[in-house]
Amino acid sequence: MRAFGSRRAVDGVSLALRGGECLALFGPNGAGKTTLLRLLAGLLAPSAGTCLVGGVALRAEGGRAARSRVGLISHASMLYSALTSRENVEFAAKMYGLRHPAEAALRALKAMRVADRADTPVRALSRGLQQRVSIARAIVHEPLLLLCDEPYTGLDEVGSAALTEALGERRAHGAALMLVTHNLSEGLALATHAAIMRRGRFARYEERARVDGASYASAYRELVTADA
Amino acid sequence: MPEATLTSVPGRELDAPQLPGLVRATWLVARKDLAIEFRTRTAYFSALVFALLGLTIFYFAWDPTAVAAIDLAPGVLWVIFTFSGLLGLQRSFGVEQADRAMDALLAAPVEREAIYLGKAVANFLFVAGVQVVAIPAVALFYNVPLGNIWLSLTGIAVLAALGIVAVGTLFSAMAVNTRLAELLLPMLSLPFFVPIVMAAAQTTSRLLAGRPESEAWPWLRILLGFDLVFILACAIAFPYTLDE
Repeated sequence: MRAFGSRRAVDGVSLALRGGECLALFGPNGAGKTTLLRLLAGLLAPSAGTCLVGGVALRAEGGRAARSRVGLISHASMLYSALTSRENVEFAAKMYGLRHPAEAALRALKAMRVADRADTPVRALSRGLQQRVSIARAIVHEPLLLLCDEPYTGLDEVGSAALTEALGERRAHGAALMLVTHNLSEGLALATHAAIMRRGRFARYEERARVDGASYASAYRELVTADA
Repeated sequence: MPEATLTSVPGRELDAPQLPGLVRATWLVARKDLAIEFRTRTAYFSALVFALLGLTIFYFAWDPTAVAAIDLAPGVLWVIFTFSGLLGLQRSFGVEQADRAMDALLAAPVEREAIYLGKAVANFLFVAGVQVVAIPAVALFYNVPLGNIWLSLTGIAVLAALGIVAVGTLFSAMAVNTRLAELLLPMLSLPFFVPIVMAAAQTTSRLLAGRPESEAWPWLRILLGFDLVFILACAIAFPYTLDE
């Protein structure tokens, strides 16, 4: 649970993700999706309950090891505009204690098909290319839990394909994904599980195999309009 | 609703990665900040121009027949130094605010104290860089001989910079998320800078007047004590300023 004053942004959410699984999380604005993601990234401390990665609480003693296995992609680039793409990703690689940060950074930039702009300052890149660099920053340390908040925002076709490929590659390596999006088809295409969040709680949570795209879309619309 | 916890991947238990320790993480953050400042140079040149303009204004407002240069110079030096230092402190967390880079920093597996210390190291070097120009400029404007006291003056400058940076870095982190950050930082910081400016100015004036060192020691002890207390207190308090 996470409260801001008297308002409970996330309440009574209990969730498990195993390696290779992908949870697509939908919900109207203000449902608590981003707050949940920030809790799982260790950016927020829960008001009650715990967030564990590999059995280790993110905000507890020893939480650094757990945080080192989490990657965060957001609609904000989280990059330094004065530094080049390479410097940004390499800085992240060093902060995560990678042994060969330069090689890891280049590998991540190549995965996002933006290695040809490695030495360009981020401020000189388009919004879409910045997003690709931002994703490279998030995956450089090969996280076991990848949290994605509207990761396709601003990406062109090449960028979207590179992201889908990178997410697939992470899952193949045993990473769990959580994908927050408003785009049902985009989310369901990748998901093994789907959830709809409303007023800080999971209004629905089921395996993707049990979800029918069309009926899910109408159920989602009903839930969203009920809040409007 | 499912009831479980987030579990690790079988066969990929959390090992002990070579996570950066406090010193390494501090250096990484400081180096990154200095690289950004080196690329943009906006804050440094702004602080430098501010310091030199301030000195010029003080110089022309000064009546040499009423106040001796040796009495005025210490006060001018440390007031100018304090205000120009604020310009650098303002920028310290501003660079993390744009595009929410702070989120990536906080999600990284480093101690939050390392973020504070890294910022403080970068700010210290920034402030020291301003002093390197401001102190000789004061000597030039007020015709103050620094030849035989430059080493002692360097020591005072280092101690004063440490105190200002320790407090200012903490308040910069606190103020950056507010709408009136530019106003709030000086309002929060300046009351804490008073003992530093007083001690530094008093020590400098005694050195310039050629007074015995024993007269400067009480002020130096205040400066030292302030630095020790506030560096520790601010490093401990810093993680709490980041919680939403």
